[in-house]
Amino acid sequence: MTSSKDEILSKLRKQSVPPVELPDLEAPELTQRWIQYPDPTAQFAEVLSGVGGVCYQVKDIAEANQKLAELAAFSEARKVCSQISGCGDPNVSIAEITDPHDFEDIDFAILPGEYAVAENGAVWITNDGGPARVLYFLAQHVALFVPASAVVNNMPEAYQRLAFASNSFGTFMSGPSKTADIEQSLVIGAHGARSLSVFLVEDAFQTN
Amino acid sequence: MPSHPQLAAEFIQDKDRAHWHDQSLWFVRSKRDKAAQQLPEWELLREQASQIKQHTVSRLPDLLEEFERNATARGVHVHWARNATEHNEIVHGILKKHNVSRVVKSKSMLTEECHLNPYLERHGIEIIDTDLGERIVQMQNMPPSHIVMPAIHIKKEEIGELFHEKLGTEKGATDPQYLTEAARQHLRQKFIQAEAGITGVNFAIAETGGFVVCTNEGNADLGTSLNKLHIACMGIEKLIPRAGDLSVFLRLLARSATGQPITTYSSHFHGPAPGQEMHIVLLDNGRSEISGSDEFRRSLNCIRCAACMNTCPVYRRSGGYSYSNTVPGPIGSILGPARDPKANSTLPFACSLCGSCTDVCPVKIDLHHQLLTWRKEIRVKGFLPFSKRLSMKMMSWMMQVPRLYKLGGKMARWIVPKLPRFLLYNRLNDWGKQRELPEFPKQSFREWMKQNHDKQ
Repeated sequence: MTSSKDEILSKLRKQSVPPVELPDLEAPELTQRWIQYPDPTAQFAEVLSGVGGVCYQVKDIAEANQKLAELAAFSEARKVCSQISGCGDPNVSIAEITDPHDFEDIDFAILPGEYAVAENGAVWITNDGGPARVLYFLAQHVALFVPASAVVNNMPEAYQRLAFASNSFGTFMSGPSKTADIEQSLVIGAHGARSLSVFLVEDAFQTN
Repeated sequence: MPSHPQLAAEFIQDKDRAHWHDQSLWFVRSKRDKAAQQLPEWELLREQASQIKQHTVSRLPDLLEEFERNATARGVHVHWARNATEHNEIVHGILKKHNVSRVVKSKSMLTEECHLNPYLERHGIEIIDTDLGERIVQMQNMPPSHIVMPAIHIKKEEIGELFHEKLGTEKGATDPQYLTEAARQHLRQKFIQAEAGITGVNFAIAETGGFVVCTNEGNADLGTSLNKLHIACMGIEKLIPRAGDLSVFLRLLARSATGQPITTYSSHFHGPAPGQEMHIVLLDNGRSEISGSDEFRRSLNCIRCAACMNTCPVYRRSGGYSYSNTVPGPIGSILGPARDPKANSTLPFACSLCGSCTDVCPVKIDLHHQLLTWRKEIRVKGFLPFSKRLSMKMMSWMMQVPRLYKLGGKMARWIVPKLPRFLLYNRLNDWGKQRELPEFPKQSFREWMKQNHDKQ
């Protein structure tokens, strides 16, 4: 008896499908036409606010801490996690958690993002798939810290920077969790984060 | 199975609801237009996307093998299913091996196509749809009526009533914010209790062996990051050759679907997390037959954005359920007959051939041409109803004899305005349903030409 795989493949192989060439996405006549913005950071901030997020441009972690303290979601948070050194005064240690379920009641998570995309307000985050991965989605509120120099114009530029060799997980996050499934009314905070703040930080910072 | 015209007639009986449905979808279509206009390179992107998809289908067997090789190297278990039965057995087998009794699932039209939920429920497994729209229709024991907005046809008063009964919300509450919060609390419990997560797949990458799942709610991510077992179910046409191709598709998908610049979460999975097990089920279920057809091959380009149904004047006015097909609207009216031309013989006729679907399709499927081709196929296969065949025959007979056509027109112009309403507007006159016939002119075009033009 032939396997399902063999049957599907042999059925496909018997067909004569006319060849179609794969376009070269790196060709200059294409890449020249991808959208550019005079000020990608301003564009990113504008699009992010359009999808329900907030962007803060700060010099360093100290300034970020000040901004955080002004956020109601942060100052009211009882359980806080942070993967950014010296940021947010966390009271739950990520390193000690082995089961993602233990993050069930995290109110505020401060997490790293790799870079931001101006055209759609998305931040690329990546993770080895350990328990901390769930924080991006399970925490009630999320703040992402991204180097201010890491703002690209568009998705083709974003993918040029991506490699999928090591980490098992990565996502583009664009604003907080949302839904419009009830009569097309936009509601922020469906399953995941009820708010998303993106901090573009000028000085270099450390993750832990 | 009732035909599309029958079910559509039931839907439009409630005029207010039909109008409301039409407006809701037109609102989404307008958002799509605005989003598309934000990118000057939009048409170029559509061209690229179409070429990439056509290339993929032309090399599908090789690319599928490449995908399997790379995914396996990353520690993913890859399964192949010829049809829905095999698909469901494979998924059940994996769950059984892990003694799983509670599953959370993010939106996947493929598992709807396979009727996975009732299958697993019959085997004693609780399976909860976690997309809010899908959860709503699941509570109603109904399938989605739209592939991106599963509950687009339901009013908030009805959802309020449903949640009052099932989730204990206040009676009479209709505020979307309040109802969504109730669903959030309910579903978060389900996420915490679940032992496995099932997701669909928006794109799978041959080159890397990874795949991408797009949601706005983050339900796919919660479902998979809390569990040790992740099963992803995909149709073989979801493949793309390179990771870089996503830079084209992710720019098109959400803009075409809901007018958003990108979905809130576009998650890339490349192998299981530490201590996790990851499975991918590749399903054919008729797709390989479509790939062999020169006429309909391009329908495999589809990335399930639903732009064609949002713009379709027939879908908007007849509702998703009138198609009796997992995928409704223009693309569903091509895919449905491809699977079962007899059962879906009325779908290609649920189309005014206005071409709006083709205009908005981000992967350039020639939808209205394919629908026209399906009409011919259905005629050839003998599934055209007698009434249509007869009227076509009579029309063709009359058209072939100019004098008869002339006489017929003259008689109609004389007699129709004199007829009482009950003779004109009855079951036999499909054109008089839901609308008034136009006023009959005093003279024919031919007579008018003679009088006004030929003289000069």
